Amino acid sequence: MTAPLLEVTDLRTHFFTRAGVAKAVDGVSFSLAPGEILGLVGESGSGKTVTGFSLLGLVDPPGRIAGGSIRFDGRELVGLPAEEMRALRGQRIAMVFQDPQATLNPVLTIGTQMTLALQAHGRVSGRAAAERAGAMLTRVGIPEAASRLSNYPHEFSGGMRQRVAIAMALLNGPDLIVADEPTTALDVSIQAQILAEMKTLAKESGTALVWISHDLATVSSLADRVLVMYAGRIVESGPVGEVLRAPLHPYTRGLLDSLPAMAEPGQRLRQIQGAAPSLLALPPGCPFAPRCARASDICATPPPAVERAGRLALCHHPLDAAA
Amino acid sequence: MTDLVEAAGLTRRFDPRLSIGDRIAALFGAPVETRPVRAVTDVSFAIRQGETLGLVGESGCGKSTLGRMVAGILPPTSGGIRLDGAPVMERGRKTTTRIQTVFQDPFASLNPRRRIGATISEGPIAHGLITRVAAPAFVADWLARVGLDPAVAQRFPHQFSGGQRQRVAIARALAMQPDILVCDEPVASLDVSIQAQILNLFLDLRQALGLTCLFISHDLSVVRHVSDRVAIMYLGRIVEVGPAAEVYGAPRHPYTQGLLDSVPKLRLDANAVTFRPIAGELPSPLSPPPGCAFHPRCPRATELCRRERPALAPRPGGIEVACHHA
Repeated sequence: MTAPLLEVTDLRTHFFTRAGVAKAVDGVSFSLAPGEILGLVGESGSGKTVTGFSLLGLVDPPGRIAGGSIRFDGRELVGLPAEEMRALRGQRIAMVFQDPQATLNPVLTIGTQMTLALQAHGRVSGRAAAERAGAMLTRVGIPEAASRLSNYPHEFSGGMRQRVAIAMALLNGPDLIVADEPTTALDVSIQAQILAEMKTLAKESGTALVWISHDLATVSSLADRVLVMYAGRIVESGPVGEVLRAPLHPYTRGLLDSLPAMAEPGQRLRQIQGAAPSLLALPPGCPFAPRCARASDICATPPPAVERAGRLALCHHPLDAAA
Repeated sequence: MTDLVEAAGLTRRFDPRLSIGDRIAALFGAPVETRPVRAVTDVSFAIRQGETLGLVGESGCGKSTLGRMVAGILPPTSGGIRLDGAPVMERGRKTTTRIQTVFQDPFASLNPRRRIGATISEGPIAHGLITRVAAPAFVADWLARVGLDPAVAQRFPHQFSGGQRQRVAIARALAMQPDILVCDEPVASLDVSIQAQILNLFLDLRQALGLTCLFISHDLSVVRHVSDRVAIMYLGRIVEVGPAAEVYGAPRHPYTQGLLDSVPKLRLDANAVTFRPIAGELPSPLSPPPGCAFHPRCPRATELCRRERPALAPRPGGIEVACHHA
């Protein structure tokens, strides 16, 4: 077991709004080894994006990291001065966002943007920067890369734009990339191309990857381990195959059963009742209890962490025990 | 089974709206886009009484344009749609209330300044299906049928979640008592657990009301789940159509095969998966390639494919395929 690249312990990112404190991330712990691909799965409002943003120090007021620790390569990121965080961001930790349209500056050519990203973290001549940028575009599968450096973002298709965003993230050879729903806005055939390339790139360069997605199938085909989030907490974690084959947490089971691929065509899906609770008014104890078929009186108290050979679930009634 | 809806030779072009200045500039060689977008070209199909036809394709393939023409919202450039033998549109106007639509984005499709009760009852009142006096009871009944509390009729759309809004949109469409429901990506913007609830609601209501449906989605597994027959679109044309089990079980067209291989599958064993993505990108509908539109991306393309466009031809298993080599 190598030393973890990233170790998150009891992370709490809260939003202090007028309506009350929204605990978007509430006690999240996980670690990531170099070169590992970690899938972070959850529905809207589960805190998966806020977790990703917290790693990069991108949480804006009224939100802030209210507690916990993020150790990256032995260094504590929580409370790191903004200057030092800036130096780290884009250099050793990079991010790919969902919408490449919003990530890229529409009035600068992508060559200029990539050069700026290189020069922000070291002395690089314009020519050397252009060369490195062109090489990186080729690597993410953009044809005639050198000539496309002078293009503006609007001259690329959605899939190509996301490739540019990925190339920019890879530019400084980061140790960790946080990718937030990077293929959600793309078509199936383009998504498959990008997934295949991400997998190869991560393997070749030894970059660790946190892949945030609502899509269990995408995560299952890409990630080594998976974290399932619900209402700001990780309710289940473990190797992706084991978790999806035999989930311990009723929520993970419910998510899987909600997928049309898991049912006979035309049959009713086994849906989860109700909707996710408001983060402003979480029920005491297990946040999933109001929607859970296995819930009992004890679920009104905080659920224990159940451990099973490298796997973890937060549940009073894990699925491998009698109800 | 009889054909309830028949589409013959449907074509829709979007011509750029050019000002006089643009036209003159184009004449002198300025880079003004004068080519029309061929969104849908020569599409013919039938939907049988009581069946659900799934329509799958990637963005820009023309599936929404096709759906809007079937729904009678958008007049075709040429060709036409008949419902029980009568045209759905005449002189650019919809002639029937028997077709209704559920749109993708329940945030955009509901009037934000209108109480949802009024939204649901507006159509039926305007068309004389109910009286104004009967409206509250009618609305309460429909809200209950889509799984909402009848007391919410006085609320505005912003007071609902995405899934609840989609329930309202379904109630609004069904309140017109249509025979045909066109669903354009009805669950694309919803979370997995909410998507399952809406799909279940759709399946229940479809059975209870004996609806005939055109179900448009980019999500192959959703379409597989709800459809009896499936049509695959590529660049404005149907490339393969047939019973869902046939199309998914033994896809004939190389594009269908590539699309099905591209979908990430839920991997339940420990084996590593290999993606087999389709190479290249969708060509622009401004300048579709000659011959078969898929040939630049197709591993089996030959000289014939570059020259001649294959027609949709019947194959065993009740399937129709447009390919020279399938």
